[in-house]
Amino acid sequence: MATFKKKTKTKQDIPTSALPDIIFMLLFFFMIATTFRESELLVKNSLPQASELTKLEKKSLVSYIYIGEPTDKKNGTEARIQVNDVLISTDQIVQHVISEKDKLGEDGNKITMSLKIDKEAKMGIISDVRQELREANALKVNYAANKKLRLD
Amino acid sequence: MLKKKPKEAPEINGGAMADIAFLLLIFFLVATTIASDKGVTVMLPPKAEKTDVKVKERNVFNIIINSQDMILAQEEQINDLGHMREMVKKFVLNQGKDSKSSESPEKAIISLKTDRGTSYDMYISVVDELKLAYAEMRAAAVGLPLEDFQNLDKDKPAQKEKLDKAKDLIPYKVSDAEPTEI
Repeated sequence: MATFKKKTKTKQDIPTSALPDIIFMLLFFFMIATTFRESELLVKNSLPQASELTKLEKKSLVSYIYIGEPTDKKNGTEARIQVNDVLISTDQIVQHVISEKDKLGEDGNKITMSLKIDKEAKMGIISDVRQELREANALKVNYAANKKLRLD
Repeated sequence: MLKKKPKEAPEINGGAMADIAFLLLIFFLVATTIASDKGVTVMLPPKAEKTDVKVKERNVFNIIINSQDMILAQEEQINDLGHMREMVKKFVLNQGKDSKSSESPEKAIISLKTDRGTSYDMYISVVDELKLAYAEMRAAAVGLPLEDFQNLDKDKPAQKEKLDKAKDLIPYKVSDAEPTEI
């Protein structure tokens, strides 16, 4: 009996030439959907959750204020206010808002203050900030929050 | 002369390309954040020039949150925020029927008072609940389901008209009282 050796015609290696394309697609997605961190955070910042959210429309008219407990224990354990890259005290907020408004020129009065406040912060410091913002005539305020799903 | 063998197309080794792309991908994953610029928008009142606006007692819905995050609405302790929402809706849409509730939606004011020790988390939940109460009332006022109402686009004239109408019928009046120190 003669035995026939079957010739395998299938190639052993899997074509991987499409792999880079897939990774590039992922890369482009992340490049478009994400932004660089604007400033290094010096305070804790985990946002609360809410369901009735509005999207901030004109990014150029938005100025951010971060409030929370300092991550560095050297700066104390009380909640602090951070703008750009520095921690400031409450009475410097008016100054900050005025300089932000100056940067916008004519649109200065349309400024939106986005308050990114840690959910563990207390209302005391927040109402102080709110009074200062009224003082500086920056009345449009957005409390940053993450989306919460409602079950009812 | 020897006949030349037909040359095979030279293949470039592309195996390392995936690695390079992965490196870039991981860099972007680490160095960037997904933008989440959403939040609860409020308008602060302009700096007070000592104007005493007389508001009738019956038109004010009082909410007080103390430093233990306990809520008191119209002298009733609130454990369920959904219940508070119903109370607010009933209060605003009273139309003068009950002598202890508001005269009309235009006159109704929600007064939200917090303590310096109130947590921000609780404050946002309450503000969020009030926003939802008003959204539900506005949606009902223009005869739309809540979801459709929330999807109205103010850049489209026909839809903006509806939004403005809803805002006129049920103006959002929530005032943050000055916090008390305890």
